[in-house]
Amino acid sequence: MPPAVDPGPDTVIGPGHNFLTVTERITNTVFWPLRRTNKPWFYALGISFMFMQLLLVGALWLFYKGVGVWGIIIPVAWGFAIVNFVWWIGIGHAGTLISAILLLLKQDWRTSINRFSEAMTLFAVACAGMFPILHLGRPWLFYWLLPYPASMWVWPQPRSPLVWDVFAVSTYGTISLVFWYTGLVPDLATMRDKATKRWQKVIFGMLALGWRGSAKHWSRYQMAYLLLGGLATPLVVSVHTVVSFDFAISILPGWHTTIFPPYFVAGAIYSGFAMVLTLIIPARKWFHLEDLITMRHVECCAKVMLGTGLIVAYGYAMEAFISWYSGNPYERFMYWNRITGPYGWSYAMLITCNIAIPQLLWIRRVRLNLLMVWLLSLVVNVGMWLERFVIVVVSLHRDFLPSSWGMYYPTVWDWAVFVGTLGFFSTLMWLFVRFLPSISIFEEREVVHHLSGGPHHSPEMAPAQGD
Amino acid sequence: MSSYWDFQGLHGVMAEFADPEALLAASKRAYEAGYRNMDAYTPMPIEGLAEAIGFRKHYVSLAVLIAGLCGCCGGFGLMWWITKVAYPENVGGRPFNSWPAYIPITFECTVLLAGLTAMIAMFAMNGLPQPYHPVFNNPAFDRASQDRFFLCIEADDPKFDREETKFFLLQLSPIEVTEVDK
Repeated sequence: MPPAVDPGPDTVIGPGHNFLTVTERITNTVFWPLRRTNKPWFYALGISFMFMQLLLVGALWLFYKGVGVWGIIIPVAWGFAIVNFVWWIGIGHAGTLISAILLLLKQDWRTSINRFSEAMTLFAVACAGMFPILHLGRPWLFYWLLPYPASMWVWPQPRSPLVWDVFAVSTYGTISLVFWYTGLVPDLATMRDKATKRWQKVIFGMLALGWRGSAKHWSRYQMAYLLLGGLATPLVVSVHTVVSFDFAISILPGWHTTIFPPYFVAGAIYSGFAMVLTLIIPARKWFHLEDLITMRHVECCAKVMLGTGLIVAYGYAMEAFISWYSGNPYERFMYWNRITGPYGWSYAMLITCNIAIPQLLWIRRVRLNLLMVWLLSLVVNVGMWLERFVIVVVSLHRDFLPSSWGMYYPTVWDWAVFVGTLGFFSTLMWLFVRFLPSISIFEEREVVHHLSGGPHHSPEMAPAQGD
Repeated sequence: MSSYWDFQGLHGVMAEFADPEALLAASKRAYEAGYRNMDAYTPMPIEGLAEAIGFRKHYVSLAVLIAGLCGCCGGFGLMWWITKVAYPENVGGRPFNSWPAYIPITFECTVLLAGLTAMIAMFAMNGLPQPYHPVFNNPAFDRASQDRFFLCIEADDPKFDREETKFFLLQLSPIEVTEVDK
């Protein structure tokens, strides 16, 4: 097998790969004996798992005492729960963008990171979905959100964006799972055939559903996958649009703007690509995948981050301009309060993290420096979280009547649940990269085939050595 | 035609190839030679292979279209029924049938049903999950999911003859030709 050396920013796969070596490189990450796993993976999993306990404790205490343990008050009734909800669901969006939109655009750097980012989507949506339910106050009655024939014969109000949100997020979660699993099935068949231990064969065998790679099956499979990509593309745009409607359809200054849908979608992709980079840079090192996830993937992600970051910057500028141009005193006050009010620090940090610092990505040397890209991705993650904080908390805390103003201070339980979901998310991510093929193997074979000359190439070059 | 539960006898004759181009050429040759009941097995989708073995039409996209239309009508209909029939509520004098507000949910229901159907219909039409299939009786077949390419001419093909078909496949320069039991 060729050594796992990064071939640089020009190619999506290292030299010397054939069908067998890509298969083995990826299946080995799963079949390695546990004790031979890279040490940092254990540390990362251990720390994530510890933080996950904070979620359990925080949620239990919340269920026992009620939402009063959080810092939410009137006027800031939404607080951290909704900040985190919007942040997490935004992170999920990069996964769908990579797997669906780049599939339709036929980008070569989609393969190798699509499986990973689909898993990220799934786990991020799981974290996101938790928050509105925790925030309900009586979370065990969450099914009241769904249209079902209740004995009281009351129904949800379908004119409300909050009800749209229920449909959008649950559809998004379901379709993300379907997309992820459909993509996994042929690789699970590879895992079944490569497994040496009986229990591995049984587990992967059941998950692979008896996939045998028949040409007729592939034909239907490709159509289904393409259609899923085509369906997920408008879906991903609709989900964050609906999330932004939760705000934009209200009359609150700072929320009631038409720029929210596009600017939320761009922000979602921005934070999602940041999270992909945050996770994939260490993961490719720990599992020796540098020749499959190359600098080209990293650089392309960094470029998308820069591009979406600029759209977000335009959104901020437009928000500021329109609040002045509207001539509405409440709108003008809202923006002035964002900058100079008691939460002015959060706006300053937001502009620093989301707009100022990421401009470094214009420099190619920075984009090709793994440490710099990784640090920038962390900065963007923080910046995008602050953006949601500014939108939710800062807009709510001072609305029309000064008599109803108030301040929001998160409690330790707000932080426990937030940090807990970070732990929950990263625990699932680290388990995923260790126990399932985190790169799409059959699509890597297509990359190999394509690079060796494609379908109309003479057969001698096509690789098939090794046993 | 043999029945699904018939586990006796020969499933077919299988040729193993080292690369997709050889398999594609062999499949075309087999189709030209008049074989119809055959299948190719590959570790990744190969462009033109399904057509080469004479498989042209499938109904995945039709199923998805129908499901999408059902989701669309069902979603809209549910919202209309809730606000107009089941629980009419006067919100600021707006009409009960306030259809623009139903569009997001209508869209989500369309995507939900179409997406779920894309997966379920694809697996169901492929006959999956299927715990047993004769092709796995070939000991070399575990590489069909890794780096080898197989063509299997099935015994229920009208033109199938154990020796003749084997001889035909051997002419296509495979790595190996194997008889596969049911």
